[in-house]
Amino acid sequence: MSESLIEVRELTKVYGADDTEVRALDGVNVDVQRGEFVAIMGHSGSGKSTLMNILGCLDRPTGGAYILDGRDVSQLDKNELASVRNKKIGFVFQSFNLLPRMSALVNVSLPMLYNGAEKLSVKDRETRAAKALESVGLGNRLHHRPNELSGGQQQRVAIARALINQPALILADEPTGNLDSKSSVDIMNILHKLHQQGTTIVMVTHETDVAAHAQRVICVKDGKVISDGRDGHSPCLGQAVGGGNETE
Amino acid sequence: MKLSEIFSTAWEGITLNKVRSFLTTLGVIIGVASVIIMLAVSAGAEAAIAEQINGLGANLIIVSPIRGVPGAARTLVLDDALAIEKQVVGITGVTAEQLPPPQTVKANNVSLDSIPMIGTTSSFPSVRDYPVALGRYFNNDEDERKSKVVVLGSGLAKDLFGDESPLGQTVTIGTTKFTVMGVMSPKGMVADVDYDGRVYLPISIVIQKYMPTTLSGHVVRTIYVKAESQEKIPSVITQITSLLATRHEVLVSKPDFTVQTQKDIIATQEATTAAFRDLLAWVAGVSLVVGGIGIMNIMLVSVTERTREIGLRQALGAKPADVLLQFLIEAVILSLVGGIVGVLGGVGGSYLFGSLGSMRTAIVPLSIPLAFGAAAAVGIFFGYYPATRAAQLDPIDALRRE
Repeated sequence: MSESLIEVRELTKVYGADDTEVRALDGVNVDVQRGEFVAIMGHSGSGKSTLMNILGCLDRPTGGAYILDGRDVSQLDKNELASVRNKKIGFVFQSFNLLPRMSALVNVSLPMLYNGAEKLSVKDRETRAAKALESVGLGNRLHHRPNELSGGQQQRVAIARALINQPALILADEPTGNLDSKSSVDIMNILHKLHQQGTTIVMVTHETDVAAHAQRVICVKDGKVISDGRDGHSPCLGQAVGGGNETE
Repeated sequence: MKLSEIFSTAWEGITLNKVRSFLTTLGVIIGVASVIIMLAVSAGAEAAIAEQINGLGANLIIVSPIRGVPGAARTLVLDDALAIEKQVVGITGVTAEQLPPPQTVKANNVSLDSIPMIGTTSSFPSVRDYPVALGRYFNNDEDERKSKVVVLGSGLAKDLFGDESPLGQTVTIGTTKFTVMGVMSPKGMVADVDYDGRVYLPISIVIQKYMPTTLSGHVVRTIYVKAESQEKIPSVITQITSLLATRHEVLVSKPDFTVQTQKDIIATQEATTAAFRDLLAWVAGVSLVVGGIGIMNIMLVSVTERTREIGLRQALGAKPADVLLQFLIEAVILSLVGGIVGVLGGVGGSYLFGSLGSMRTAIVPLSIPLAFGAAAAVGIFFGYYPATRAAQLDPIDALRRE
């Protein structure tokens, strides 16, 4: 068994207390190996967003353990979580989340701003950001602002930004949700390429055809993992999202 | 995050909405400028007072009846001045003054109403450092003989005689005719007295002819004593005090007169202007605080508007302290820029006020770092709350916000 990048053990997340208690996650166990391309599917309210937030170190679980790259990050404080997000995780959001007033280059450089460990000169950062933009095919769009770029191009800038600190994990939250089908294909191709280069990708989606790109599809319902299938054999893909077959 | 990066990030926030940032700093600009201008105006007023009092003459000691004691206004008499002149050591001159009610002055077919008059002894020009420009002042003889001679203020001489020489001409003061002996040099307004618009008469005549009956006798209003030097002043004051106490048959500890130097008078005047200055400074300080509240208000709006940006920065690894500093520095830059522009505006405004009207201004050097420091403090104080609001945002909520 190869080394796990993500080990999630009996993860729970409870909102509210007593009568109003909501168990958004209820004993989730997931392992993700290095180099895997995993899709997480589920209805809204299934708990997939909560799982995504905890995997992204944006939120802390109520109980259970989350070991990322060999370190238990489930009980870190805000500062340590920020540092883990900066170094280990690259985010790709549905709505791109680029800063509108700034060029692609500055947007891509942003994570390096908060990377205290690496003391890079402004010039080195620009070179690195430019390289990242070239790797997603935007070498000729360095100084364009988001409003001068198409949706697909904006998402490619976001992917370049996610990659800039060489994270262990790319977390993509509905990366094609705001894109037309042609741009969606572009983005999925880039993710594929990254996967082939050995990047670990965890992607949340509710579209079965997008999820089909992944090696492995995890279905979440009512705060539990209800299926986990590899190589197109997930029950999620064949039926309505979050459909009932329990296969563990 | 490096300091330079924090600054450039904060600067980006400010330039995001230039008009709004400018209007926000305007509050601080006005606050800082008004602190400087207010202090300059009151310092100018103080300087003007000091100059006027110094303008009475050098090394002057001023003896006047004590105020608020019944009857005291009648106790200081011409003989007191003579006694001082004879007995006090270390002085170069003594003069006494009395101010009768204004009279109508006629000459050369010109008639002027309500002309202020002053009766003095012959040593007035030398004691008060106020020389005659034309002709001469009356001498001691003329004073003692109650001669009907007059010296005119320079402005009054012009009003009565135009370009003609007034020397030897006759003027009628009230109903009495006087011969013009001289014209004083131009002096202007000193301590609200127009020296150029008065007639100068021998004090003996004034006492005899023009004083109301309540102040009859050889009562004088003020005695001026000129000390030989600054160093002699304390000894001269002691001598005058004991001499007059003996003459008036009062205790030195309970005199019916006051003996003051110009410094004393300046200090008394400054106590009044200091209260005025403090009031102005407080009002200006309040406007600075109002400016600070403006900054806080706009920073809160900015934090709300940029919630999503904050969430994104947090997701990318910004720590609470990074976010806090970004917004705090933004507030501090706003107030510091306001401070700089305010200092320039305040200094410029002070010069402008000084050169425009009759108001005199003197920029207080300390007021510049004071106002500037206050602006910086306002930025930190009023920027801190919005910045903590930003730093405490939950990244998930922040990212979800539209």
